[in-house]
Amino acid sequence: MTAPLLEVKQLVKRFGGLVATDHLDLDVRPGETLALIGPNGAGKTSLIAQLQGDLTPDAGAIYFSGVEITRRPAHGRALMGLARSFQITSVFPELSLVQNVALAVQARLGHSFRFWRDASSDSRLTGPAREALEIVGLSYPSRPASDVSHGERRQLELAMALAMQPRLLLLDEPMAGMGREDGVRMTRLLNELKRDYAMMLVEHDMNAVFALADRVTVLVAGKAIATGRPDEIRADPQVRAAYLGQK
Amino acid sequence: MDVALFTEQLLNGVQLGVQLFLMAAGLTLVFGIMNMINLTHGSLYMIGAFVAAALFGHTGSFLLALVIAVPATALAGALLEAAVLRHFYHRGHLDQVLVTFGLILVLNEIVKMIWGAVPVPLPVPQLLSGSVTLFADVTYPSFRLAILGVGAVVALGLYAVVAHTRIGMWVRAGASNRDIASAMGVNVELIFSLVFAAGAALAGLAGIMAGPINAVQVGMGEPVLILALVVTVIGGVGSIKGAFIAALMIGVVDTFGRVLLPPALGSMMIFMLMAVILAWRPRGLFPVHG
Amino acid sequence: MASSPASYRPSSDMMAITVIVAVLAAVPVVASLVGDPFLVKIATRVVVFAIAAVALNLVLGFGGLVSLMHAGLFGIGGYVVAILAFHADDSSRLFDLFPGTTELSIGLPLAMLVAGAAAAVMGLVSLRTSGVYFIMITLAFNQMLYYFFVALQQYGGEDGLQIMSDLTLFGHAAIGRMSFYYGCLVALALVLVVVQRLINSRFGMVLRASSQNERRLTAIGIAPLRYRLTAFALSGAIAGLAGALLAAGQQFISPAEMSWVRSGDLVVMCVLGGMARVWGPVLGAAVFLVLEIVLSGWSTHWQLAFGLLIILVVVSLRGGLIDLLHLVGRRGASR
Ligand SMILES: Nc1ncnc2c1ncn2[C@@H]1O[C@H](COP(=O)(O)OP(=O)(O)O)[C@@H](O)[C@H]1O
Ligand SMILES: [Mg+2]
Repeated sequence: MTAPLLEVKQLVKRFGGLVATDHLDLDVRPGETLALIGPNGAGKTSLIAQLQGDLTPDAGAIYFSGVEITRRPAHGRALMGLARSFQITSVFPELSLVQNVALAVQARLGHSFRFWRDASSDSRLTGPAREALEIVGLSYPSRPASDVSHGERRQLELAMALAMQPRLLLLDEPMAGMGREDGVRMTRLLNELKRDYAMMLVEHDMNAVFALADRVTVLVAGKAIATGRPDEIRADPQVRAAYLGQK
Repeated sequence: MDVALFTEQLLNGVQLGVQLFLMAAGLTLVFGIMNMINLTHGSLYMIGAFVAAALFGHTGSFLLALVIAVPATALAGALLEAAVLRHFYHRGHLDQVLVTFGLILVLNEIVKMIWGAVPVPLPVPQLLSGSVTLFADVTYPSFRLAILGVGAVVALGLYAVVAHTRIGMWVRAGASNRDIASAMGVNVELIFSLVFAAGAALAGLAGIMAGPINAVQVGMGEPVLILALVVTVIGGVGSIKGAFIAALMIGVVDTFGRVLLPPALGSMMIFMLMAVILAWRPRGLFPVHG
Repeated sequence: MASSPASYRPSSDMMAITVIVAVLAAVPVVASLVGDPFLVKIATRVVVFAIAAVALNLVLGFGGLVSLMHAGLFGIGGYVVAILAFHADDSSRLFDLFPGTTELSIGLPLAMLVAGAAAAVMGLVSLRTSGVYFIMITLAFNQMLYYFFVALQQYGGEDGLQIMSDLTLFGHAAIGRMSFYYGCLVALALVLVVVQRLINSRFGMVLRASSQNERRLTAIGIAPLRYRLTAFALSGAIAGLAGALLAAGQQFISPAEMSWVRSGDLVVMCVLGGMARVWGPVLGAAVFLVLEIVLSGWSTHWQLAFGLLIILVVVSLRGGLIDLLHLVGRRGASR
């Protein structure tokens, strides 16, 4: 058994009296796709935020490829290869699609104290940016991000994450708010990406989850109540009672 | 520095602090609750002083001037809120800065058109024109002592209202979370207007009390506004308690800074204090918003 | 916003900059044709404040930082030149160490350096905060600088500091009305080109992105603080240059130039002209200053009209004069 890529140990996060993450243990192995499912308010987004660095946990530890990152700032984690796509899309609205992605490329290429050369015609930035846009299937890259549809903005988020050349993709409901057709396309895309990237995938669409995931963890009220292969999870009576049965 | 001088300066510092608190109380609630940067607060201070001076000119009674000018300033504040500022609560901070900046120019000019550009007299009321012997050879002007007393009473009253009444609870709820407040069924609009008017009344009161000490003239509110802003950020935006502590701190530090240090340094003391405190706690001493 | 940023074409901005500089270069010619040398004086003022406004807009328009301390930084630049001249004049030494000078090739860079350093130090405190806090702290710092110079009695205190001797640039007299105007114009042109390049460079992309979505920027691996700080220091240095030019041109600087109202004026110039383009604030400065002269000639209560105008701009002209130009241009084209 190989060492995990990401390891979460006894993680706790409280919001006042509410426990969003409750002594959670979890791991993601190299190359694996771990799906995180659970009802609304289970603490999935809070967990992703703690992994990426937006939220600081109250207790416990997070290790990324063996290095403890529990209190490392978010930008440092990004440079280590943790890329997040947000549940509520988060892009640079006044920049074009290609500029959005080029910024992610730029971040990876070291400091940005370069004051003179035009960034938008710098092929070291735009080249990889266009590639990432192509992978996620976005055309007309000079459109401003504020002008594209919601589904396209989700794709843009993914392109930005890919441009970071991440070692682990943290995807928070990448299909949320997409139409059926776009959702199917996104599932297909993730299925291809899954060969090259380790992923932690939060998703409500069970068909997508069972198609993509190598393992599934069920989160309820901040606790992992079950972890296993998709077929095991589907059969687990506890899970059915706590979550799937509810639907 | 002997005991007498020290006592006098300490009282001066506390008195300045109390006045700043009257200004900062309204500012910090407006900032905290409406998330609105309101530069016109200094204009309300000025309006209070001018209205009082005019009333004093007509009636010769300081008390009457005070009693009418305070609600008049509250009314002016309420009008300002309803006519202009209300429409900017949801705009960005830049728009708020600009629109209140424009309003300062307008209000200054209106005051100038009514009362002229030269200072208007507002003397110390007869009853308080003497001095009080505190102990041994330490005397202190009665009027300044009265300011201290009024300020202390208002501060306590305000604290009681905000901390212990239903309205105060709404105000606090509004200051820490607008959405929750409206979800609780609080009429946020009404609370906003009330808070604004109350803040205006306090600013007016501060202006009236400063009138006999400084001069009643156009632009008198701006230096005070900036000190009150310093108080607000040090105390933590939205925090009455923070405003109170910061106001006293600024009042005392400013007063002693000017007495003890060379002028170039003394006049910078409070700003340096602000810088140090914010470097240590970027959201002030008592941050309200999470 | 009427102009979508994706249609952002650096080349058309360079064109606009060229046109603006050309128009300003023609002012002295027009002035001599109509025989009104006062025009050159106004134009000098416009150019100087345009430099300051462009500097402010680097952080305001592109970095989203509402700074109300730029008049203070502007004044620092002015005082550096004036104080150096003061010491040159009576052959005394600054801090008992440095001799004074009337040479602008030393004074101007030094003004930029000191103003930039002041911006960096004060930026270090203020940039750790955001929103209302940032605005109020910069306003407080502006007052701190103001009171500091008011209290400096040896340099004139509240009355300001006169520059008695003739300033030179590389040994040549620098304050002839024409040559000084063109010198300032060259400075403006350089500043415009530099800032234009800057905002489209990698650095500029980070700065612009930081004002649009800080959380996203951090999530892709860039912490904005040091970029903001750098932009703030650069902006301060350029504002200092503008202040130094003002002091040199009018042979005088006083704390009045650093009052917080001046800081507000600079923000108004940016918004009035349009913050989305590097050259927008030049239009803003021109209209602002000309309007100031025209209105104050009309009535003693011109500030009333001015205040109302500012409110009107906030309410109805969100993109500034740039938007108005676009509108007029589009209507013209559709005819
Ligand atoms: N910043 C916050 N402050 C207070 N409570 C929060 C905050 N973020 C999330 N919560 C609460 O924590 C719980 C978990 O939320 P979240 O992680 O978004 O759940 P999920 O993504 O599984 O739907 C919810 O009850 C939510 O209301
Ligand atoms: Mg969620």
